[in-house]
Amino acid sequence: MDVQNIYYDGRIKIPYTWYVGETGSRFLIALRDNKEIWGNQCPQCKKVFVPPMKTCGECFVPTGEWLKLADTGTVESFTVVHYENGVAKRPLPVIYGLIKIDGASGSLLHFIGDVKPEKVKIGMRVKAVFAEKRGGTILDISHFAPVKG
Amino acid sequence: MGKKVAVVGFGQTKGRSARKDVNGVELINEAVVAALADAELTIKDIDAVVIGNMDHFEGVNYVDSWSVEGSGGVMKPIFKVTTGGTTGTTVAMSAYYHVASGMFDKVLAIGWEKNSESDTTGAIITAFDPVWERPNLGGAIAGLALEASKYMSTYGITERDGARVAVRERLHALNNPFAHLHQEWMKGIPVDQLVELLVTSKENVMLAYPLRMSDMCPRTDAAAAAIFASEDVAEKMAAVPAWVASTTNRHNFALAGDVDMDRNTTMASAAKRAFEKAGIKEPLKEIGVCELYLPYSYAGLKWMEDYGFCAYGEGPKLVWDKVTDMDGELPVNPSGGVMSSNPIGATGLIRVGEAALQIMRKAGTRQVQKDVNFAFITGFGGCYWADVMVLGKKKPS
Ligand SMILES: [Zn+2]
Repeated sequence: MDVQNIYYDGRIKIPYTWYVGETGSRFLIALRDNKEIWGNQCPQCKKVFVPPMKTCGECFVPTGEWLKLADTGTVESFTVVHYENGVAKRPLPVIYGLIKIDGASGSLLHFIGDVKPEKVKIGMRVKAVFAEKRGGTILDISHFAPVKG
Repeated sequence: MGKKVAVVGFGQTKGRSARKDVNGVELINEAVVAALADAELTIKDIDAVVIGNMDHFEGVNYVDSWSVEGSGGVMKPIFKVTTGGTTGTTVAMSAYYHVASGMFDKVLAIGWEKNSESDTTGAIITAFDPVWERPNLGGAIAGLALEASKYMSTYGITERDGARVAVRERLHALNNPFAHLHQEWMKGIPVDQLVELLVTSKENVMLAYPLRMSDMCPRTDAAAAAIFASEDVAEKMAAVPAWVASTTNRHNFALAGDVDMDRNTTMASAAKRAFEKAGIKEPLKEIGVCELYLPYSYAGLKWMEDYGFCAYGEGPKLVWDKVTDMDGELPVNPSGGVMSSNPIGATGLIRVGEAALQIMRKAGTRQVQKDVNFAFITGFGGCYWADVMVLGKKKPS
C-alpha cells in the first residue's frame, strides 16, 4: 500500500547559559577590557595554556602563574571554508586557522582575515585584531590578520 | 582477566539518506531482528542490551527507554552509551565488558542514527566546547580540513593522494549491498582516471580546502546490532565466533587548538596498546583486514602511519601500491567504510560487525580472499578521541 510519510516538525530552542568559570573569566575580562591575551602555566610541565585551564590535564595539578602574552602568533594550519553554517555568521569564504600565540604551548582556533585566501600560508605571522564592541567572548578577538612588513 | 568474549551474530539495515518509512524505534528493530536471525537466537536468549546514538541528532534523550519495543529491551537490563563519533565502537566495548565481567552471557549491542531528522553540522558542533570553540568552528568538515592541511604541508602530500583513498572506499562500497553510497558511474573506469576526475571536476565542490565533496562521508540513516557471547556459549552459537582479542580507547584534549595536527596521538597510543594485548608484533603482516573509522580521505593516509602500518609520510605509497585494496596485503574497509555510509551512532558498530563477518567468512560479495586471523577496528570522535578493537579467529589464551 502506498502511504504518505507524515512527519512532525520540532520547535525546540533551548537558551543555555554556560558559565565560563573564574579561570576562563579572567582571560575574557582581559580581552574585553584591555585587549590583552593572557595564558596560564602548569607548574610541572611548564605548558602555557591559551585559553587558560584551571588544571593541567596531563600532570593533573592546578595551573599556577598567569603570563601576559603578545597578541601575535603563527599560523599552524588553516582551511578556507566555502559552506554556510549557522554558528559563524560571516561572509563566505571564511578562513579558519590554528593560531599558536607567541609563548603559548597549544594553538587557538580562530578566524584569519584582512587577507586573500590564496595568500595564507602555514607558518605565516599574524596579529590579533580586536572587535570594536567587546562583550567578554572569544569573539572579542575579531580575527587574526597578517603582520605587516 | 575476565571471560573470553566473541561476536556471534550481526545485523544491519541498508544505509539511506532518509528512511522516511520508519521511525527510529522501527529502524532499530530491523537491525535487531537481523542480528538475532544471524545468530539463530530469539530475544528471550538475550540477557542485557547496550544501545547508543548521538542524542542531538534526533533530539530524543531517553533512547534506552524510548526504543524498548524496537530493541527488545522490555524488562531487561539496558545501558545507553553516547560518545559522539565513537558511539558504535563504545557500544561494542561496553557489550564486551558486560560479558567479560561474567555477569551476562549474551549481550545485544545496538547502534543507530537517523541523521535525516536534524542538522548534522549543527548537532556535531555540540561536541565542541560551548565557550571556547563553538563560536568559531565550522563543524566537522573545517576541523578535519585543518588536519589535512597541516599533514599535506609537513609531508608534501597532494590532493591526488587524498582522492586515491576516496576512490578505494567508493569502489569497495559497490560490493556492499548495505552501503549508502553506490557510485555506479565509477564501475570500469581505471583508478588513475577516477582520481584525476575527482581533483579536477567542478561538480566536485570544494567545501573547505583541501576537502571536496568526495573527500567526506555522507550523512546516513541506518541501524546495526551485534551479539556478544561468553566463552561458555559462543562456540555453540557460531561456527566461527569472532573473538575479542583486545580493546581500548584514548582521549587527550578537549580543545581542537591543542590537538597535535601532525600526528593522531590517540589512535597511535590506542592501536599500540591493543596490538600488544592481542600479541600482534607486525601489524601489517599479522592483521588480515581492517574496518577503520575514516571519516574523510586524508585519514586513510595519515592515520595508517599512526597505526604503525608504514612510516610517517608513507601513507600515500601504501595506498597507491594497492596494499589496502581488496586483494592487497592489508585490505582496508571492504565495506566501503565511513566515507560510504555514516549513520553516526551505528558507524562504529558497523566496523565491528563487518570485521566479524570477515573472520566468520560471511561477508558475501565483499569477503576478502585471504585468510583473516586478526581484524583491526577503529572508532573516531569529535576532538580526536579514539576507540580500537582487535577481533581474532582464534580464542584468546
Ligand atoms: Zn602539566
